[in-house]
Amino acid sequence: MSATTVATDRPAGDRRPARAGLPLTRASGLGLGIAMLWFSLLVLIPLAAVVVTSAGGGWSNFWHTVTNEQTAAAIKLTVGFAFLVTLVNVVMGTLIAWVLVRDRFFGKRALEVLIDIPFALPTIIAGLVLLSLYGPKSPLGINVANTRASVFLAFLFVTLPFVVRTVQPVLAELDKEAEEAAASLGASRLTIFRRIILPSLTPAIAAGAALSFARAVGEYGSLVLLSGNLPMRTEVTSVRILSSIENDNLDSAAAVATVLLAISLTVIVTLDLLQRRMVRRG
Amino acid sequence: MVRNPTKYVLRLVIVAYLVLLVAWPVTLVVKNAFADGLDSLRHIFDDPDLTHALGLTVQVALISVVINTVFGVGISLLLVRYRFPGKRLLSALLDMPLSVSPIVVGFSLVLVYGGRTGWFGPTLENAGLQIIFATPGIVMATVFVALPLVIREVVPVLEEIGDEQEQAARSLGANALQTFRRITLPAIKWGVVYGVVLSLARSLGEFGAVKVVSGNVLGETRTATLAVEELYQNFNTDSAYAIAFLLTLVAVASVIVVSVIRPKEDR
Repeated sequence: MSATTVATDRPAGDRRPARAGLPLTRASGLGLGIAMLWFSLLVLIPLAAVVVTSAGGGWSNFWHTVTNEQTAAAIKLTVGFAFLVTLVNVVMGTLIAWVLVRDRFFGKRALEVLIDIPFALPTIIAGLVLLSLYGPKSPLGINVANTRASVFLAFLFVTLPFVVRTVQPVLAELDKEAEEAAASLGASRLTIFRRIILPSLTPAIAAGAALSFARAVGEYGSLVLLSGNLPMRTEVTSVRILSSIENDNLDSAAAVATVLLAISLTVIVTLDLLQRRMVRRG
Repeated sequence: MVRNPTKYVLRLVIVAYLVLLVAWPVTLVVKNAFADGLDSLRHIFDDPDLTHALGLTVQVALISVVINTVFGVGISLLLVRYRFPGKRLLSALLDMPLSVSPIVVGFSLVLVYGGRTGWFGPTLENAGLQIIFATPGIVMATVFVALPLVIREVVPVLEEIGDEQEQAARSLGANALQTFRRITLPAIKWGVVYGVVLSLARSLGEFGAVKVVSGNVLGETRTATLAVEELYQNFNTDSAYAIAFLLTLVAVASVIVVSVIRPKEDR
């Protein structure tokens, strides 16, 4: 364990006392002021408005909205599937990162491109794309349209890059010396992976998992054409919020949106803690 | 490394996974778009409502990218080079848009800038500025969702290059602007480019947040992604696939550009 920490601490450039930084000058202070004003107007005040609106209805109203049968079903489906998909991503994402870093073969570059496509592709197109292989006209004969499996599939597609992209750089930085030492001492490949590699990757895997979970919980666009948004079956939380907005029921929309915001905030805090841990470890 | 079967099994598993999840479905959309040659593509350029939607999307994306680039580079410099109270909190909050549902993004903007009941909306509307159900709202929603992308690319580069050169330039009498233009900007250039390309792809394709704030008025506030939904649901699948193809082309091109310009981090 201590050996890996030393090995992964190989500095990328020297570690400066970067934490300190310069005190604000007049110009940079003004810049910070303008940036904060813009950020507040665009992000902070609107998000606060969601929480304030939901609080305005009182606790009982909030609880009533969130525990409404259809809403509760949507939240349960979204959170449950986001969790399952994140588990798949933890395994598959780590495997993909592993192969991309440690293996060499023809076409690896193409795989790199495939991984980023779900991030760059508009979500509505993601739904259309999945529908063409797993919809009514599927060349494979698999039709998941309007079923719960389609929600799972859409989540899997849009969250693909997160674990891969957080694990990959850490894996690439990892020194092989500790692994070679362990191998020369007779450790099996599985033991090496479990005892040497995995501990160094854990913070990165967790950070990727947090991002992937948050992304899935808030997903909307890829489901529009694919899942049919059937109440109690394939309707996710974001769709629920949208229908409240369309019915001009802003209080209900705000209550459910607050639940999603609470989840995002938890993820952000987790990420911040993990990133600090990763920086410390190099 | 010793040759071993695990290596080939792993290779096969991930190739199969990525082909089934990404490569094959994406190829099918391209195939569907050209099912009857170039006709469907030609149709969308003949339809004034659809060309308007495409134009609006491009316009909104360009404005958003400019805003996010200026804001992103500025805030990255502040975060990395200066110290001020609340820095850690700000840095965490800047990631927030990545994990907020697009529907919540749009909704939060409606609550503040909505013309009827928003916090600031009625005042702004009296001053003649309509935000929600108009282009400014679409721009704000797009800027919101793509906000962290430039920052996330530029901050690590700034940390990596350190500030020795900037200090040297300053001690030789360069002012802040000269130091930025001559020393900092060339050093972070690729980080910025990478962030810009990702933001552009993200901005062109934003759907959920835009749907809530735009009102989706044909020929006015309907963007390309909203048009895809509308067309597909109205069984006008040929045009839907044609627009989808254009958007996919931009997305794939961005990813390829980024993968080509990004320095190889694996040895």
